[in-house]
Amino acid sequence: MDVQAAIKNQVTSNPVVLYMKGSPKFPQCGFSGLAIQILQACGVQNLVAVDVLADPAIRDGIKVYANWPTIPQLYINGEFIGGSDIMRTMYEQGELQKLLAEVAA
Amino acid sequence: MLSANELKTYITNGLACEHIEVRGDDGQHFEALIVSPTFVGKNMVQQHQLVYQALGDRMRSEIHALSMRTFTPEAWHANGKRI
Repeated sequence: MDVQAAIKNQVTSNPVVLYMKGSPKFPQCGFSGLAIQILQACGVQNLVAVDVLADPAIRDGIKVYANWPTIPQLYINGEFIGGSDIMRTMYEQGELQKLLAEVAA
Repeated sequence: MLSANELKTYITNGLACEHIEVRGDDGQHFEALIVSPTFVGKNMVQQHQLVYQALGDRMRSEIHALSMRTFTPEAWHANGKRI
């Protein structure tokens, strides 16, 4: 399976996927750390976190997949939601909590 | 070292902006507030993509981190021109 197909499979077979640098416990970048903090504040239960530093093919491939040059990237039900700036804005507006509650139900 | 002013020029060269502020003085981490009429009718992902598009390959090479807030002119005025 090529990397684009693998990413598609990953984001569509899991309700909530975050591509990040490092792990939720040990984020390796401030933006990834912020993304995790926001998701935890939303009470996310079913998060799949993918460490792109562990896989260079995914790290490059994910930027192409969403036409988005930066990491972190959040996907809910296969849909690209945004990076940490958008996550923060949606969290402040209560939108992210709503989306996550829908997929947890 | 990339300055906030240079980054601002890169963005405005590729995207018509009504208002733009770029901060950051370490050459790597920047914060931008961008108001553009091109954002009208686009969601946040599409608005950020337009900024990334204006920056092109620089986003992969020169710029390590760019945090941004994007507004349509209407949203910016409704917001009282404040972040």
